[in-house]
Amino acid sequence: MLINNFLVLGAVLFCIGVYGVIVRKNAVLVLMSIELILNSVNINLLAFDRLWAESGNNDGSVFALYIIAVAAAEVGVGLALVLLIFRNRKTIALDDLSEMKG
Amino acid sequence: MLLASETAAASGWFLAHAWLIPVIPAVAFFLIIFFGKRLPRGGSEIGIAAMLASLVIASGTAYQWIHLVGSTEHADAVSKTVTWFEIGSLKVGIGSRIDGLAMMLLFLVAFISTLVQIYSTEYVRGDRRYTHFFASLTLFSAGMLTMVLAPNMVQLILGWEIMGLCSFMLIGHWWEERANSEAALKAFWTVRVGDMGLLVGTGVLLALFGNLDISEINTKAAEFSGNHALLAFAAVALFIACIGKSGQFPLHTWLPDAMAGPTPVSSLLHSSTMVVAGVFLVARLYPVFHTGLDINIVGHHFNLIAIIGGITVLIAAGLAFVQNDIKKVLAYSTVSQLGYMMMGLGVGAWMPAVFHIFTHAFFKCCLFLCAGSVAHTGSHHSFDMKKDMGGLRKKMPITFGTWMISTAALCGVPFFSGFFSKDEIIDSAKGNDYKVFFVVGLIGAFMTTAYMTRATYLTFFGKARGGAAHFVGEHEDHSHEEAHDEGHDKADAHGHDDHHAPVVHGKPLSFAPDDSPWQITVPLMILGALALVAGYLNAAPFKIEKFHEWLHSSIGVEVPEAPKFEWLNAVPSILLVAAGFAVSLLICKAVFGEGNSPLKGLTQRNALLGAGHKFLVNKYYLDTLYEKVIVRGIAHPISAAAYWTNQHILDGIVNGVGKGGKKTGELVYKYIDQGLVDGVVNGSGTTATHAGGALQPVQSGKVNLYGALLFGAAAVGALVLVLVNS
Repeated sequence: MLINNFLVLGAVLFCIGVYGVIVRKNAVLVLMSIELILNSVNINLLAFDRLWAESGNNDGSVFALYIIAVAAAEVGVGLALVLLIFRNRKTIALDDLSEMKG
Repeated sequence: MLLASETAAASGWFLAHAWLIPVIPAVAFFLIIFFGKRLPRGGSEIGIAAMLASLVIASGTAYQWIHLVGSTEHADAVSKTVTWFEIGSLKVGIGSRIDGLAMMLLFLVAFISTLVQIYSTEYVRGDRRYTHFFASLTLFSAGMLTMVLAPNMVQLILGWEIMGLCSFMLIGHWWEERANSEAALKAFWTVRVGDMGLLVGTGVLLALFGNLDISEINTKAAEFSGNHALLAFAAVALFIACIGKSGQFPLHTWLPDAMAGPTPVSSLLHSSTMVVAGVFLVARLYPVFHTGLDINIVGHHFNLIAIIGGITVLIAAGLAFVQNDIKKVLAYSTVSQLGYMMMGLGVGAWMPAVFHIFTHAFFKCCLFLCAGSVAHTGSHHSFDMKKDMGGLRKKMPITFGTWMISTAALCGVPFFSGFFSKDEIIDSAKGNDYKVFFVVGLIGAFMTTAYMTRATYLTFFGKARGGAAHFVGEHEDHSHEEAHDEGHDKADAHGHDDHHAPVVHGKPLSFAPDDSPWQITVPLMILGALALVAGYLNAAPFKIEKFHEWLHSSIGVEVPEAPKFEWLNAVPSILLVAAGFAVSLLICKAVFGEGNSPLKGLTQRNALLGAGHKFLVNKYYLDTLYEKVIVRGIAHPISAAAYWTNQHILDGIVNGVGKGGKKTGELVYKYIDQGLVDGVVNGSGTTATHAGGALQPVQSGKVNLYGALLFGAAAVGALVLVLVNS
């Protein structure tokens, strides 16, 4: 099986996601980038799952399901945060949110 | 799987391509969302075109299925699936599975959705979220169609949940008003409570049968010989989902609140989609329920489905008596009719119950659209029967006529469609030895007629009041400005300066000059005609059994033969319908009519009647029970217990530790701290200050920078790992 293709796809998605997290100033887009990263990990897991499928080991797909569930919860919390920030500050530009500055 | 698709190809193009029916509206949803606003008609043209295309394919599918049934002795479901995903040995497919039941509902949903969309172009004209409205409506239909086609439980759940989401969006369409958004949330969460049952039930079915394929589940459940308790558990769990979705007692409370949505939504929700989904699930997996819940076993006079259905029939019909809002009367009427369907399924009357889905869809959709037509044209967007309606029959002949036909069908007046389905349910309850539910059915028929007579009287007869008085040209002293409870959105577009003429944009049909525009009246006339004739597909008195012929292979389990129809058996229900009509008419004339009657204000004077009235107005206090008792009862003790633990236990520990610590501290301070540590601390403090100063720029407060550092560190870590391992 062409596992390499899946791994490369995963890696590319991961890099796009990291790029988004580092460069984007919009909180929603950063959240979306995080989703990309999580999904690239899922692709990796599923690729390896298919690789080992003959041996009856399904850990990869089960793990991926868990990640999907956790990612859904994470987005729920993240978007709630963004909403509250927007309500209070009228902006979701990350540059304006530097209260954590030491 | 391959074999299945081959048989599909052999039996006709439409049967093989039935998967297009939900796919077209689903694609249309995205087209409307992305391009709808730029189109001249705001995306509604895509929605209507998609539903029409679905309707054409659904009709073709129905035709070919009927042909198939006619040409072979025993027609199996035609299924066509592709593998969606597989985990281990479990393959989950996605595709289509056509049998009689699916064919009937596909046609029904596509047909009613098309009419409702045409109606909506006039009803929500000028709305600020016009495009979104049509997008949600289209996706809603797509969800129901996906569910109806489902060859396995996973696709069924998918469609089920799409509908749940869309109902939330549509009920809360005018979310600027708090009540509307709360109603949407209530609908969503109440249904969600039931949905847990769907997941649990599906899980148990998977454990029992090792498969999620509906055909296989049904075959295996029909000749089930394993752990009966487990199957009963699955059936109960699945039925809880049906209770939530179909608004059965005790989770029916969301349905009347869902009236906060625009009327076309209520109409679609209550006729062929959403609430029918629960009944459909029971009908679809009938062998599971039939075996699991011991239906039709000699000596069993009760079972869960029949009991819940029976209770729902009565309590919802009771609530319909005290509503002032015309849509709420219809909503409780829907709940009550769904109770009939469940009761029918519970007593083993599969065919009459499913036939009741079919006939009910037409007349209930028509009734809701009539109510919308009255509010849109006749009563200035008010749904209050007591304040803003009355005397509309002459001014709105089409609306009045179709309303009367549908009401007759709903009440089960002989020769209208409801008679053929509802009477069959009641008859079967008697024939299958469920005497209690036979009586419940009869009382329900009486109550149905009575509350519909009341609603009809208040809306179309008597003296015109409020908004309706303006419409028919009679003047009343008191202003009704505050009565615009739902129409605020359209009020912007219309302007309410002219109170004498109906303010409508489209053109009414020429033979009914004051009625609603054609976009509203044409769907009404089509539905009214069907409410009249749809029953003749399975009219027992005339020995017509077409519906039975097409659908009987979907039952999947042996059910008792329907009792032979005899007019003598229908006499009690016909008499009760007549009695309900007469009693209700007399009371209405006395209470709401002109002249002084001793019955006026009786609920205020008589304590017992007043208490009963209050009990009904407060919906049996079920909402109060849920919000004040159950939610509080669970949330309150938990927070109280948490507070007590915090105050007594945690504080005690903390205080104790604190006191001990203080003692130790004093000793340590005296001997170690002062002498040894201070020197070290001062030294490290200075170092830390310098180090902190150097690292301070890193703590920029910029989240992106943190992210970059995180990934940089991870990359370095990964590199180290690779180097070490290679």
